[in-house]
Amino acid sequence: MTDDIDAIAVLQDPVRRRLYEFVVAQGREVGRNEAAEAAGVARTLAAHHLDKLTAAGLLESGSRRLTGRSGPGAGRPAKVYTRARGERSVSLPGRDYRTAAELLAEAAEEAGLDAGLGAAARRRGEALRGSEVPCGDLREAMRVLEARGYEPYMKAAEGAEELDGPASGVVRMRNCPFHAVAERFPPLVCGMNLALLEGLLGVDGPVRARMDARPGECCVVLEASKNNED
Amino acid sequence: MTRPAPVAQLAELNVVTLRHPFEDPRMASFVELLNPINAEADAAPGFVWRLVEEGAQDATGLRPAGEDVVVNLSVWESPEALWDFTYRSGHLEVMRRRREWFDRHFEAHLVLWWIPAGHIPSVDEALERLADLRSHGPSPRAFTFASSHTAAEAAQCLRPTPAAATEELRSAP
Repeated sequence: MTDDIDAIAVLQDPVRRRLYEFVVAQGREVGRNEAAEAAGVARTLAAHHLDKLTAAGLLESGSRRLTGRSGPGAGRPAKVYTRARGERSVSLPGRDYRTAAELLAEAAEEAGLDAGLGAAARRRGEALRGSEVPCGDLREAMRVLEARGYEPYMKAAEGAEELDGPASGVVRMRNCPFHAVAERFPPLVCGMNLALLEGLLGVDGPVRARMDARPGECCVVLEASKNNED
Repeated sequence: MTRPAPVAQLAELNVVTLRHPFEDPRMASFVELLNPINAEADAAPGFVWRLVEEGAQDATGLRPAGEDVVVNLSVWESPEALWDFTYRSGHLEVMRRRREWFDRHFEAHLVLWWIPAGHIPSVDEALERLADLRSHGPSPRAFTFASSHTAAEAAQCLRPTPAAATEELRSAP
């Protein structure tokens, strides 16, 4: 846990925090110039802090030729950063909800309790919504998901050339808040997650949540309901 | 750029016991998903081969493990490729709804094992691996996602050396 405290303490510096949040929000490799610009600091200062974040294990660094050229004359590869994959958490006093979650998931999986877990998750989602009214649109859904740690972003719908206003896009999520248990029991925990989101957003409103799993992201995608388009 | 040819590939067998016959309306939503999901598998990164019944589009008509047991036998480049298809593609939706269509299994229903690249596993071979997993638990010969073994470990254990023989004895019930 000492490592975790040290890593989290590195984020106390406001510039570092801004740089970290910027890199995380891009969901891809980020160069020093770009990060410096976003954080509003000089490139050398950004480089210093990005390397501190890397040393603390919060970011990972690599090198890329950003120009796309290679061979002699292509110039030195640039240093790029992405979020480190490991999880950091601190609990005082020490708590171990992860082991509890894994054991409960293992027992639920063995007993085939998918339907019961889904029902509980849907009820919890509805309680968290705290309103009879379903979520109004994708923008509102993004705010709700942001607050729950999903890291949502708007993406052009499949087949569409580019994003053309919020109505044409779908919302995907970079982060799975249940990652560790979802990796161990995917159908059970991803089913729970879908039910939770259905409760949170409502199933008969303007926003629809459905399963659309792909590597490295949350298994759910949000889109405007078809029956609400007219 | 050419990559060196892989020496080992991963074989997978998974069996499900149907709750109702295919013709039953309660199975219609599953039957509808078969072709699209199989097409997704065929196009998935790291997919090598899957068992298809002659003259059919899949292997659901073959019932080598029982009249109501559907088998799915396939070959992949790596456990990661198979994992991504199983749980990070349209296939996850089938898994999520598994209780609607399949009985719960009290024994292992998925087995993985390493094969020499290019080898096409037979149904008998696959059922033997599943039986091995069920009676001896996970080993480099027959394992699961949760208890994965590398091809090197499998090669070590399958080599007919005194060490392998000891391993054989140790894993006997």
